This record gives sequence, structure tokens and C-alpha cells, in this order.
Amino acid sequence: MSDKVAVPVLLEANELMSIRGERTLFSDLQLRVQAGEIWQIEGPNGAGKSSLLRILAGLLPAQAGSVSFQQQLISEDREAYYQNLLFIGHKAGVKPELTAIENLEFYAAVQGVELKETPYELLAKVGLVGLEDIPAQGLSAGQQRRIALARLWLTQASLWILDEPFTALDVEGIALLHARFAEHLKAGGAIILTSHQELITEFYQVQALRLRYQH
Amino acid sequence: MLQANPVSAWKVFKQIIQRDIRVASRQRSDLLNPLIFLLIVVTLFPLGVGPGPDILGRIAPGVIWVSALLSSMLGLERLFRDDFRDGALEQMLLLPVPVEISVFAKIVVHWLLTAVPVLVITPLLALLMNLPIQAWGVLWLTLLLGTPVLSAAGAIGVALTVSLNKGGALLSLLLLPLLIPLLIFATAAVEAAVVGVSPAGPLALIGAFMVLSITLAPFAVKAGLRVSVN
Repeated sequence: MSDKVAVPVLLEANELMSIRGERTLFSDLQLRVQAGEIWQIEGPNGAGKSSLLRILAGLLPAQAGSVSFQQQLISEDREAYYQNLLFIGHKAGVKPELTAIENLEFYAAVQGVELKETPYELLAKVGLVGLEDIPAQGLSAGQQRRIALARLWLTQASLWILDEPFTALDVEGIALLHARFAEHLKAGGAIILTSHQELITEFYQVQALRLRYQH
Repeated sequence: MLQANPVSAWKVFKQIIQRDIRVASRQRSDLLNPLIFLLIVVTLFPLGVGPGPDILGRIAPGVIWVSALLSSMLGLERLFRDDFRDGALEQMLLLPVPVEISVFAKIVVHWLLTAVPVLVITPLLALLMNLPIQAWGVLWLTLLLGTPVLSAAGAIGVALTVSLNKGGALLSLLLLPLLIPLLIFATAAVEAAVVGVSPAGPLALIGAFMVLSITLAPFAVKAGLRVSVN
């Protein structure tokens, strides 16, 4: 393959419309996410950021429009899409009764990831060393968030959809996440996220999609 | 480009079962409560209606089955409630295997954790209720065939109500009418065995309920969960 090939489009959303309750959150929304891009969805509370992410992940049906992944409608080729998608929402899916390692091993196994390193090394990367035997419910909110985000280190998915990934993280955790984002984008992945923080980093350029609160 | 490996449905199925058993082993009271409830109800009956052996033996099939039904309703909500709260349910819908597979795994785990203990203590229940010994085998068989129906039909109800805060009453209202045929045929089978008639007819019907519910429930549960996670 030559280097001249256009950057592949990973995710494409066409004329999306979402109505929650009686209110139109957005309509005619277009989004094209190419490999190597990071998109930040911005907007005030209630503007529909989370709804948009859930529609893109196929968890919420859109009132109109379509979402396709690598030119395939996600409703038609669900399995292929989820093979390549990592979605971490508000509720991160960490079982509070299980330890960090047990949680991560489960997600690695169900996503068909072979662990190249021991889970301890992975925990060391996200700063959870020494806490591996404690059930997640005994950890702080930030530490639980770190367990969920540790999945970013063991996934092979090319598209990440992250709802407020920086919530509850400390400065060090945020820096760690930025570094991982940069690595992922370099490898040809793409990221869509929401955040109330300005993403200031020298590692990559952030594309922004702004949603307005509509009455 | 990043390339993800495909994952087999069987592996996901095993992983979900393993994880849920591990989670349950760390919150044992949730598992024990329905079982203790069942034991208490069945123990209280002989005290309440008097220890006359013929009356106890006559009502035994009904009492044991009604208590088993109610005790299974008690623990039913935990099938998806915790997963809904911590987000594991959402992640389950995003697995790269058909949702029906994961749902079926959840139903199997629920059956293993709630029905198997009941099957183990069935002889004790039969003894407490003074059920004639020739009917013990049939009682056990009705529970073996009937409890998967409870788990599978229950999963549909829980999938529909899991996002409601106070879904408990609605859940019973939704499910109990569906389970009445099961109750009727199960007690009919045990009563047939008590009087010495062949219980094959009602047993075959319960078997048919079971096959029907465990094969079709995953599809209904999937639709219910889709609505609930919105």
C-alpha cells in the first residue's frame, strides 16, 4: 500500500437527530471521524453530549439518521463494530465486588485480548499498585475510575468513545491519560470524548464539535 | 492499523458465568436470604395448620411450590439490578458477540445460584411437609424442570423493570400470571404421584414450558434490556 492513500474514515454519522422527552437535543448532525483524530464533544449540561455518545455506540436509537463504522452501518454489522469499539460511560462497568485485576482480566477475556504483560504491570502503569487484592468498592472514586480506564491499555479497539474520562482523576492520572491518547492516535486509532475541561496538550490536535442547548 | 481479535461466543459465555459466580460468592447473604425464606415458610406450615399427617401430605405439593415460587421472586431482581447500577449491563450489550449469548449466560448463572440449592434441600422440604415418599422423586423432577422457567421468565420481567426505581411490585404483577400454569401443572404432577397415577402428562407439559422459555427468553430479554439502558 502506498502512503498516498487517504486517511481512512472510521466513524461516520449522518443527519443524526435525537429527541429526549419533548426536547430536540440536536438535528442534522454530521460527524466524520478519521483515523488519528480526537474529537471533543462540547456543550453545556443537558445539551445531549452523553446522548450523542450513546447513539454513536449503538446503545441509544437515534430518531433519524445513521451511524456507520468503516462504511458499514453499525446496526447491520454489530459484532464487527463492537470488536473495534471501546465505550466507557458514566457508569464504568467495574464490578465493586471484584478486585482491579479480576475486573481487568474479565474485560480482556471477553474482548479477545491476549495479555502481553502481567496484570500487575498494567496496574503499575495506572498507579494502582498495592491495591490489587482489594475489592473495587473499597477504593476511592478516582481509583475506581483508574480501573475502568486501565482498559485503555489492554484494548485493541481502534475507536474509543469516552464519556467524561477525566472525572475524579488527579493531575497525574490526567497526564497519564493524555499520554495514552497520543499513543493510540499515533497507532491509527480515533477517540471521541466529552469533557468540561479544555484539552490542552502538546501531544495532539483536538477537533471540537459544539452542541448548543436548544429549548 | 489496529486489529482486534475475534472472540468466541463460548468464551464470553464462560467468562460471564465465572465472573457472576465470583461476585455472588462475595455477597452471600443475597443468595442465602431466599433459601432461608423458603425454609422458614415450609417449617411454619406444619405449625400453623396442625401436624395432622394426612392434611399436611395433601397440601404439601402446593405449599412447597408456592413457597419456591415466592422465594425465587425475592432474589430475582439481582439478576440485572447490580449490573445496571455499575454499568456492567451496558458493557454487556457492547460485547462483540450476540447479546442473546450473554443473556443466556446470566440466566444460567441465576439458575445455578438460586435453583440448585433449592433442589438440594428438596428432600428436607418434603420431609417437613410429610409428603408421601413415593412422590419425592416427582416433586424433585418438577422443580428441576420448573426452576429454569422461573429464571428465564423472571429475566424477561427484570429486563423490563430494571431501570425503574421501585420495580419490585410491578415485577411480581408482570410475572406471577405467567407462572400460574407452571404452578398448576407442577402441583398436579406431584398430586398424581401421591395418589399413584402416572404424572407423565403434567411433567411433559412442564418440560415443554422449560424448553420454550429458555430458548425464547433470551430474545425477549435482549429487547427489554435495550429499552432499559436508554
